[in-house]
Amino acid sequence: MDIFAPLLQYLISGLTNGAIYALIALGFGIIYNATTIINFAQGEMVMLGAMAAISFYHLHPSLPLAFAAGMGVVTVVGVVFERLALRPVKDPSPITLIIITVGGAVFIKGAAMMLWGKDAYPLPPFTGNVPIYLGTATVLPQNLWVMGLTAALVLALEAFFRLTLAGKAMRACAYNNRAARLMGISAGRMVQLSFGLAAALGAGAGILIAPLTLGVYDMGLMLGLKGFSAAIIGGLGSLLGGVLGGLVLGVAESLATGFISSGYRDAVAFLLLLLVLFLRPQGLMGGGK
Amino acid sequence: MGDALGEGFIRRLFNRWTLFAAMAALVAVVLENNYYLSLLNFIGIHAILVVGLNLLMGYGGQISLGHAAFFGLGAYTSGILTASYGVNPWLALIAGLIVCGIAAFLIGVPALKLHGYYLAMATLGFGIIVYIVLNEALPWTGGPSGLSGIPSLSLGGLKLDTPWRLYFLIWLTVWAILLISANLVDSRTGRALRALHDSEAAARSLGVDTARLKLQVFIWSALYASLAGSLYAHTLNFVAPASFGFMFSIKLVTMVVLGGMASIWGSLLGAAVLTVLPELLAVFHDYETIVFGAILMVVMIFLPRGLVRGILDLRELRKYKREGVR
Repeated sequence: MDIFAPLLQYLISGLTNGAIYALIALGFGIIYNATTIINFAQGEMVMLGAMAAISFYHLHPSLPLAFAAGMGVVTVVGVVFERLALRPVKDPSPITLIIITVGGAVFIKGAAMMLWGKDAYPLPPFTGNVPIYLGTATVLPQNLWVMGLTAALVLALEAFFRLTLAGKAMRACAYNNRAARLMGISAGRMVQLSFGLAAALGAGAGILIAPLTLGVYDMGLMLGLKGFSAAIIGGLGSLLGGVLGGLVLGVAESLATGFISSGYRDAVAFLLLLLVLFLRPQGLMGGGK
Repeated sequence: MGDALGEGFIRRLFNRWTLFAAMAALVAVVLENNYYLSLLNFIGIHAILVVGLNLLMGYGGQISLGHAAFFGLGAYTSGILTASYGVNPWLALIAGLIVCGIAAFLIGVPALKLHGYYLAMATLGFGIIVYIVLNEALPWTGGPSGLSGIPSLSLGGLKLDTPWRLYFLIWLTVWAILLISANLVDSRTGRALRALHDSEAAARSLGVDTARLKLQVFIWSALYASLAGSLYAHTLNFVAPASFGFMFSIKLVTMVVLGGMASIWGSLLGAAVLTVLPELLAVFHDYETIVFGAILMVVMIFLPRGLVRGILDLRELRKYKREGVR
């Protein structure tokens, strides 16, 4: 019993973090599907979401408003980033694009440091801090918010891809870019849309996690990397895979923290990533290259 | 004709290399200021790292975002073996090379078989793991506060413990590394590498074993980093994890990009500029992150061939335009 008592607790925190990783992974997947680019600045969108929402909340203490405004601002940043930094590239080889998106990530992080300083800021939990007891484990309302809103966002995304014209056009581009263009779909517009969507999802993840971890200018790198690991573990470009990868990664990390050592927590994600690259490079769900 | 061409080539090469060596020696004779000499030593160490990374980036068309980790592995292998176990520094240096070679092999084999982005992410992840281990493995590494008491290198009874003496060792190494790299680039392997950079499919169709070549150049660049790390540990006599974090990896990539990808001498320039700049501008430190990010984006978008060649290209373009040549 001693070993299993904390298991539920680990599972809860693992699934919470996993939901966040899943949202970030989806952002990687959406951009990858539209452009075959891995956007290394994705993690910084998460940070920007959290920081922007915190600032908006200070201006006007309404959480729904801060959430919407944060996501909105970051969506614009995502679209502008694509327009200014990626569109003008004349020779879009992978290494050029990696360097530019890494440069973008570092630039955004540096700008955030100048804007907000190096302090960590809190965002109040969405509905209080009274824990709910589940047997031996406790759940914070924020944990439920994270899992619930992530599920809602994933469903909304799925609906967007299945039911709307723009969503279907994006899927067509991912499936066969040239054929999609011949059908009159503007590939450029789809790329823009994908950057906006990915940024919005990342920002959402940042705002959801901020009440649990605080918001700080350098939170993006780690979250972005773990989101990427989740995307690879699940299979890059697969929606279901991204979600699954996020949850697997979150739980694995939480179990390792609980049973092994908290110092090596962040190493778990990358060991898992390297392991997947070794054994099953196409990911759990993927048919990637 | 072939002979004459070969002779001319050798003469040109010979001149350039002797000139560089003579200039380096002259600097050592003229400069007596220890501060400047140490600064030059750090430029040299960075240059070794940057040349290695440039082989991978400029010629291999791959990128390592965790190069600081190989630098750190070399430095810590040297540091731990000499400070804690009293191993001969030169043997420790070789041990560092072996450790880094194996690590690069293990990461490179799975990552390089895949899409161009995987090596970037795998090395980034590896860099963070190494950084965490350096911080957490207290009994060996001394944790965040670092590892001190690393002895200096010695050569035939002469202890290399002043900036002036180290200057000779470091710049002789830089000279050798540049020479080796320039020869590598002009060799059959180098031509294969450039073919690989331009088009992997075309290179493969001409019989280049691309996977093997990419792995080789990745390991090669990790070995340079390890060598630089060992030199760093024995120069400073102290190592701490903070020197081997993600930002240092980014700094190295920025040096490569600024100096110009696929340019051996550009690497030297990139290393020099970004080592001296923070020293000149004390305020630079606060803006380091944003400046590196800006350099990476702006140079890659507008001057993808690096600062020097990029500006020359632009001037040439303007000249053509002015003369009305289309």
